[in-house]
Amino acid sequence: MSTATAPLVVRPATGLVAGTLRSTRAELGRLRAWPAVWITLGAWLALSLMFGYLFTYLSYTTGDAGFADEGTTRAEQLARLLPDAVPDVFLQGMPMFGGALMMVLGALVAGNGYGWGTWKTLFSQGVRRSSAVIGSVTALTAFVVATLAVTLVFDLGISLVITATEGHDVVLPSAGSLTEAFGAGFLVLEMWAVLGFALGTLARGPALSVGLGLVWALVVENLLRGVGQLLSWVESLTEVLPGTAGGSLIGSIVGVGEGDGTPGVLDTVPGAQGAITVAAYIVAAIALSLVLVHRRDVA
Amino acid sequence: MNAHDTVASTDNLTKVYGDRVAVDKVTMTVRRGEVYGFLGPNGAGKTTTLRMLLGLIRPTSGSSYATSPVGALIEGPGFFPYLSGRANLRTLARHRGFDDAEVERVLERVDLAGRGDDRFKGYSLGMKQRLGVAAALMGDPELIVLDEPTNGLDPAGMADMRALVVDLARGGQTVLLSSHLLAEVQEICHRVGVIDDGRLLRESTVAELRGGVSIRVRATPEPEALAVAMRLAGDDGVQRTADGALQLTLPPEQAPWVTRELVTAGIDVHEITAAERSLEEVFFDLTSGSTTKKEAVR
Repeated sequence: MSTATAPLVVRPATGLVAGTLRSTRAELGRLRAWPAVWITLGAWLALSLMFGYLFTYLSYTTGDAGFADEGTTRAEQLARLLPDAVPDVFLQGMPMFGGALMMVLGALVAGNGYGWGTWKTLFSQGVRRSSAVIGSVTALTAFVVATLAVTLVFDLGISLVITATEGHDVVLPSAGSLTEAFGAGFLVLEMWAVLGFALGTLARGPALSVGLGLVWALVVENLLRGVGQLLSWVESLTEVLPGTAGGSLIGSIVGVGEGDGTPGVLDTVPGAQGAITVAAYIVAAIALSLVLVHRRDVA
Repeated sequence: MNAHDTVASTDNLTKVYGDRVAVDKVTMTVRRGEVYGFLGPNGAGKTTTLRMLLGLIRPTSGSSYATSPVGALIEGPGFFPYLSGRANLRTLARHRGFDDAEVERVLERVDLAGRGDDRFKGYSLGMKQRLGVAAALMGDPELIVLDEPTNGLDPAGMADMRALVVDLARGGQTVLLSSHLLAEVQEICHRVGVIDDGRLLRESTVAELRGGVSIRVRATPEPEALAVAMRLAGDDGVQRTADGALQLTLPPEQAPWVTRELVTAGIDVHEITAAERSLEEVFFDLTSGSTTKKEAVR
């Protein structure tokens, strides 16, 4: 170990905004190098490919109706595969498995900080808690935006290949429909990501938060919606749940009739109401994470 | 000492978990430029006290103060396992606003520059510990808090760590060193605080804690030797030990004079040594020295 006298180091400013910007940069750097992030992105793209295009294309080419294509003609199947339908295909998987994947990632980002002791390392070196949390959430948000952008390009690319293969003219979706799909997709994925972050913070570890989050997103809400058909007060309750809100927002764009059979795509509440509820969940989850990290002991 | 000399302090700091008092009204002061040893057996409340000092946990009552900036290694290093040591420090540096040159400086300081690109999860315990120390050194903080920094280090690594701590103090930095390795603390600390069962039992310089030194003499014939010894050290300054030796309460530098006086009086001197209580002996006296504790601190 060297014992040379250390040179003087210029100490940085420590304002909240400056600290948050520094933490965002730091978190972006470490998320980019984290295999879990790339595995999540890869899993999402693989699922999007399978359920958005592969099964429909196989059904179209073989003439066998798939589980999502019952009662549809071959022309309707082909229409789903062309660029014009990209906004709908892009959105369909988000309420269910897209949201679940983002929630898992959010829970890992926050929860592993406790498991690995990295929050402790940051806070014991004088990094402001609020700066670190906002920086981490901002980096997570950047990943959500990047995922949406990559998915959109990915879907457009596949649909263009199918268009060329099938010898159809290219009809691109309107900028408005793409923007609307991007915005709705952002709200839904961001909601699940920050809910996962809040769960990871609440549980102070990744395992419990991932388990609870997945059970909630994939099982509990569906069960409650089933019970809601029998009990009116449960039905009222389900209208403000995150899965219902996100599914209804997507359903208002995709259309539940067209997306029939796509899990999680709903028409339970109007799209605007769904969007407001989703936005409220985003704000609440970030606020909860900040309060928890600020107030609780770091073990 | 004035307020400007204090870089960290606690005032009646207390932490209660349920019905268990982990830290009980601890009041301690760390002065600028010193190496302060925070001693105690495992579970004594050292780490809980340090966590409160650093703001990681809230005290149940009492208060604490630590200067800023602080560098700290608390209860083992916490880093991202998938990143290299260098990338981990760069991440921390970005959070704190330091550039990559600072990362290289602290990696060099702990002799990890050559292994900086290895993944953290592949590091040995000693390398992880050194990376934690590197993180604490980043930005050249005024106060460095090291909680058991030699855990997992081999003997050479422990010696390097001691040299580093001494060098930091020589460079004007203050080090608050928590340890249960008494020899380590005795060797490098200026002052110590001894904590047990959550209570600070004693805070003083190492020399004060160990008490006055003495001279141990084995000489014959014993009655004549005792008479000379009492003439030199006074009636209250001589004790006969269980093995028949004489313990004179005199500073070690007076051993040649004692030897001359004994020989001049026709007494045969078989052995004369400086006798000091070790910090370990003092520690066990303070903490009742149960077998369990002795094992914990060895």
